[in-house]
Amino acid sequence: MSELKKRAEGARDKNAVLGPDIDLEEYTKGPSDYAPVPSISDVPESYHDGFLNIGVDVSEKDRSGSFVQVDSSVLCSTTAQEGLEVLGITDAINKYDWLEDYLWRLVSVDTDKYTSRAELELSGGYFIRAKKGVKSVYPLQACMYIGEDHTFQNVHNIIIAEEGSELHIITGCATGKHIQNSIHIGVSEFYVKKNAEISFTMIHNWAPEVNVRPRSAMLIEGGGVFINNYICMSPVKSLQTYPTAYCEGKNSTAVFNSIVYATDDSNIDVGSKVVLSGEGSKTEIISRMIAKDSSSVTARGHISGTVSGVKGHLECNGLLLSQNARIHAIPELNAAAEDVELSHEAAVGKVAEKEIQYLMARGLSSDEATALIVRGFLNVEIKGLPDHLRREIQRTIKTSQDSFM
Amino acid sequence: MLLIEDLTVEVGNKRVIEGLSLHIPEKETHLLFGPNGSGKTSLIMAIIGAPSYKVIKGRIIFKDVDVTDLPTNERVKLGMGVAFQMPPVIRGVRLKDVLRIHTESLSKGGVMDQMNKMGLSAQFLDRDINYGFSGGEIKRSELLQLMFQKPEFTMFDEPDSGVDIENMEVVGKALGELLEGRSGLVITHMGYILKYIKATKAHVLIDRSIRCSSDPQAIFKQIMECGYGRCVECLS
Ligand SMILES: Nc1ncnc2c1ncn2[C@@H]1O[C@H](COP(=O)(O)OP(=O)(O)OP(=O)(O)O)[C@@H](O)[C@H]1O
Ligand SMILES: [Mg+2]
Repeated sequence: MSELKKRAEGARDKNAVLGPDIDLEEYTKGPSDYAPVPSISDVPESYHDGFLNIGVDVSEKDRSGSFVQVDSSVLCSTTAQEGLEVLGITDAINKYDWLEDYLWRLVSVDTDKYTSRAELELSGGYFIRAKKGVKSVYPLQACMYIGEDHTFQNVHNIIIAEEGSELHIITGCATGKHIQNSIHIGVSEFYVKKNAEISFTMIHNWAPEVNVRPRSAMLIEGGGVFINNYICMSPVKSLQTYPTAYCEGKNSTAVFNSIVYATDDSNIDVGSKVVLSGEGSKTEIISRMIAKDSSSVTARGHISGTVSGVKGHLECNGLLLSQNARIHAIPELNAAAEDVELSHEAAVGKVAEKEIQYLMARGLSSDEATALIVRGFLNVEIKGLPDHLRREIQRTIKTSQDSFM
Repeated sequence: MLLIEDLTVEVGNKRVIEGLSLHIPEKETHLLFGPNGSGKTSLIMAIIGAPSYKVIKGRIIFKDVDVTDLPTNERVKLGMGVAFQMPPVIRGVRLKDVLRIHTESLSKGGVMDQMNKMGLSAQFLDRDINYGFSGGEIKRSELLQLMFQKPEFTMFDEPDSGVDIENMEVVGKALGELLEGRSGLVITHMGYILKYIKATKAHVLIDRSIRCSSDPQAIFKQIMECGYGRCVECLS
């Protein structure tokens, strides 16, 4: 048995530090024998509904390529631009010997039982790469879909932006409407090489009984930029994720924008961690959390500055829309060198009565006023994205919000 | 238009209006004077129906409808409007979002014309409402919103405070336009604005109630010369 497998075996039953524990024995592997199709437009119609609201466009208008995985089967992986690669992870491992160096380098295989299962019982994932100097004109889209009940989907994704390249990715995750209970485990390791840039927009649209455990990390080299946008606007049973970005390169940048709209009795624990160890590196972590019904949201943020001259800002705003909901904001700053500029702002509360009153004096009802304020609250200025991608994100937020309010 | 009978109002267990009565007939504009903290803003808040301003006693009749227990937006529907003294900042809600409540399309020429008239550049449309607005900009943004709302009865809470001489004319003309052929109540500490408004009556609010009502020019002259101290004397 390889060293890696041994470590994974050792962590088979290791509880995670955060999030409610899940008994993984309840689930079996989702089917891995669906027939592949030549392109996303050939994906069976029955899945198309699930693609709505997660930024996945079957027409591939304004997209540089597509990856679709349903349960444990990769249905298609295509690119429309020279120099961009999209492959199923297993195919990629077979194709490139060097890929081994990228697997489990940023995330430890023995972190917890979830990473362990991603190694021991892999059900797929993607490999996306922009070759040296290649800039993706349109974003690539990737879709992870769970269509079978009581199954697990354990994926491992590797994303590489080679030197001077630019990669924009929209990943949408969804489940069939009938899904009662399933689990998605996603290990994602991002490599932003020198002066490269990755923007990664993840839209989650799970079902009320689905558990989700992403385990992600990013390495950003000199002059590299990593922008992460996370949007979750639909109910989920429990979701816990705390990606870590390592800004090791000189003047590297990591940006995290998270928008969570928790409803029903969703238990959501999301955060972003950034380690600034490269000279002149910087980060900005912005989150907007809304908790409705009897949902519970924990919003974490952690910035460590380990060399002098680095800068980081953490901004966490939470809005409570019901008596029974709760939001717990945990911002952490750790300055371990001189001249480190780290700051945070956190504000959690109900919609201000004064604000509702003001809009009512302009003629809105109390509900309309609240809706407008909530919409404004979610209107985060997402910097550094191509215009059409920004519009796409705004549209997603708006449509999912309309269906919930 | 507006009839207030024996009104008593509390906010946060503090009595801010007590036994106040006021009548503003149709197509009339009245002025409201009074020292800081006397209860002027509280009166406006009670008339528009802010929930934290609790009516303990009395009634507010607007256009023959008893609005004492109506929610704010219902009163607005009946024709009330307010230019607030200290409107709140609402992050993420832009001025244009609020203007859209009263105007279908912002791209139509009208909006820019009105903005020019109010001395507000197009950039204001995309700014979070009241966020980082200067004192004078807040006043002009409030008036701009009312230009589209066109209330039959408008209350202005110190529309001229903190406004410079040049903008005073802008603000004054806007008030004149909003009140032309309609009704209103204007709170002010200063005289510049008076020449733009055809006020028929002025009231002095001291210590939670209206203590004196008379000709606007006469009352203003008196306050300018002797301050509110004289009003208190006159009352005792
Ligand atoms: N929410 C509140 N809680 C407690 N006290 C309040 C509240 N709102 C107003 N007050 C108090 O009520 C009194 C009247 O306030 P109000 O704002 O009506 O005064 P005003 O006449 O408008 O004064 P100014 O000329 O300074 O604007 C003041 O003493 C004020 O501090
Ligand atoms: Mg006042």
